[in-house]
Amino acid sequence: MIRFSKYLWLYAFISSFVLVPGMIALVFFGLRPSVDFTGGTLLELHYAQHTTVPVVGKLFEDQGITVSSIQSSSANDYIVRLKPESPEKLQLLESSLTATTSSDVTILRNETVGPTLGKELLNKTIAAALVAIIAILSYVAYAFKNIKYGISAIIALVHDLLVVFGVFALLGHFQAVEVDTLFVTAFLTTMSFSVHDTIVVFDRIREMVRRGEKMPFDALCDKALTQTIGRSLTNSMTIIFMLVALVLLGGSSVKWFAFALLIGTISGTYSSDFVATPILILWDRWEKRKKKSI
Amino acid sequence: MFKTPRRIFFFLLLLTVVLVAFDLPENYHLKTTVGPFSIDRIVNPLSIHIRVLNFDIRKDLKTRLGLDLSGGTHLVLDADMKDVATGDRIGALDSVAKVIERRVNLFGVSEPIVQTARTADSYRIIVELPGVTDVNAAVSLIGQTAKLEFREFKDYKDSTESAFIIPTLDSTIATGLTGKELKRAQVQFSTQTGEPEVSLEFSNDGATQFAQITRRLVGKPLAIFLDELPITWPRVNTEIADGRAVITGSFSQENAKTLALQLNAGALPVAVKVVEKRTVGATLGQESVRQSLQAGFIGLAIVAVFMIAKYGWLGCLAVSALFLYGLLNFALYRWIPVTLTLPGVAGFLLSIGMAVDSNILIFERFKEEKRLGKPWRVAMELGFGKAWDSIRDANFTTIITCLVLFNPGNWSVLPSSGLVRGFAITLFIGVVTSLFTGIIVTRTFIRVLYKEKEKK
Repeated sequence: MIRFSKYLWLYAFISSFVLVPGMIALVFFGLRPSVDFTGGTLLELHYAQHTTVPVVGKLFEDQGITVSSIQSSSANDYIVRLKPESPEKLQLLESSLTATTSSDVTILRNETVGPTLGKELLNKTIAAALVAIIAILSYVAYAFKNIKYGISAIIALVHDLLVVFGVFALLGHFQAVEVDTLFVTAFLTTMSFSVHDTIVVFDRIREMVRRGEKMPFDALCDKALTQTIGRSLTNSMTIIFMLVALVLLGGSSVKWFAFALLIGTISGTYSSDFVATPILILWDRWEKRKKKSI
Repeated sequence: MFKTPRRIFFFLLLLTVVLVAFDLPENYHLKTTVGPFSIDRIVNPLSIHIRVLNFDIRKDLKTRLGLDLSGGTHLVLDADMKDVATGDRIGALDSVAKVIERRVNLFGVSEPIVQTARTADSYRIIVELPGVTDVNAAVSLIGQTAKLEFREFKDYKDSTESAFIIPTLDSTIATGLTGKELKRAQVQFSTQTGEPEVSLEFSNDGATQFAQITRRLVGKPLAIFLDELPITWPRVNTEIADGRAVITGSFSQENAKTLALQLNAGALPVAVKVVEKRTVGATLGQESVRQSLQAGFIGLAIVAVFMIAKYGWLGCLAVSALFLYGLLNFALYRWIPVTLTLPGVAGFLLSIGMAVDSNILIFERFKEEKRLGKPWRVAMELGFGKAWDSIRDANFTTIITCLVLFNPGNWSVLPSSGLVRGFAITLFIGVVTSLFTGIIVTRTFIRVLYKEKEKK
């Protein structure tokens, strides 16, 4: 049996190591919303010859169009983002892009979202997130009729949510990674995964409590963790293998979507053993201390 | 039938054969020589065509790729309804969609999709044009307001042959009456014959003009053009003074509806504006297909190696169950059919990772029970029994989240974006089928193919 409960401070340290920078980034930089939410245009251009970001930028400046960002996505591919522009201007831009430089540039991807639609999509996505969260919370409430377990599971859930948001706030600031509808999809999937992983651990703890094993609560949790951690890790490993393959090989369009899922899965696995259970242990200690002092 | 594991096992083998037939590649040219036999034929997936009583069941099992994989353009058009009376708006939206569908078809796009999407105060049309990436021409064509015109033949000879002449722009001249003067068109049923017919109602101005025209054209056809193409050319029977006309003929209800929609497109002019446009080049689409396939195979290979390394022969059986799982999913995508998008592929790959989970839960339970000293056969059955609760709980939240994301009720407060749905549907199918393969299939495989030495 591994004495997990001895190192509670270590788990707090590991979590805060990820959470604190993430939170700072979230507060100061915020997330970087994609054209899905803000409205605007995203162009992915492929150049036949090698070129540089300023050269690409000049092409747009000549048209009198302000570029919000240019990123190199792979060897000779560039992703250019524009603020919402009038359709006429965009049409002019497209024809000049394909015409003037003849066969040098091909437009791989061209997405334009109107500002009103973006706002609407943002509202809908928030609504979906809320409905999913409420559904998951009701399930937690149903699965753990005991408030102690329920709240610990929810704290672990919030932990995972903050980790994913924090990491993407950092990535948004330093790597210009954007948050789109798929990101929201990823974090909702993550949440459901986090809850199910926690349920497996807590089920085992409750099973042992019910069996009336004669050992302190700390030790009981340690035993439950020791028994379930192998399964939990193995399971996450298989998911992580699939996701890592997608992040590395899946191409630019799903890369960050898969990455959000990956971060969420890792955090979700970690949090059931090292956030939810420690909170349960701390809660138990606090309850016993209170009893003693009365 | 399913009394013994052996029978289920053979049933599963049979299922595999059927699924393979479902999953065969499309238009794959097979040309090899095996010994004395040389094979040279085009392989296609099974297509089903059964007639049961009066039901005609026809299924072509083809993979449907979303625009992000096949390349193409996705357009969302917003219809401006401020000049249209509240009661007429839904009809007007249908009209606009009909007109756009007509234009898109003229454009020669294969399998275009035009659908309407209405929420509380927005009227939208979603257009999907597979394979079309140079959309400027298409967009300006689609974005035009429909132009309805009433025209008459330049020189009309009254003969039976001329009844079959199709009017063109050249053979006709404008009467001056246009869609502007038409108030609305409607499908109604003749009070005499009960057959469907289309009624026209003109504005006051229009009624005067229409009266003049019909007086002039009694016995001759009056051609109606939409977007410079004729849609119908009914013969004028009498002068119509009150601006209320009826077009009769042997319409089917469907034809009458289409005609009314087309006429309304001119009567209820609705300006449309592109609010979303997504174009993916065919090369990027193909590249994405290639990359996600590659990622899938490599991921799958690592998972397989991992499972076999960790659980040995048991792992091997789990991997074969996973193989069946892949076939089953792919067959379902073709059967339902599910339009595969890039996030959809990601959802499927994620579900593979999750599908192994039920096996891992069972195997770990199995090991535990064995450690407690139970014989392996008992331990295995106990493992399946006890793990079931956890498996059910574990998948429940994922299924709920998928349902919220898929938004099956099309609720307007929730997103109905194709990409999000694509992910939710494949993950959902994946999780549900994993319950079948993870438990029934693996269990049968183990019962039939797994043996362990009894410890003494």
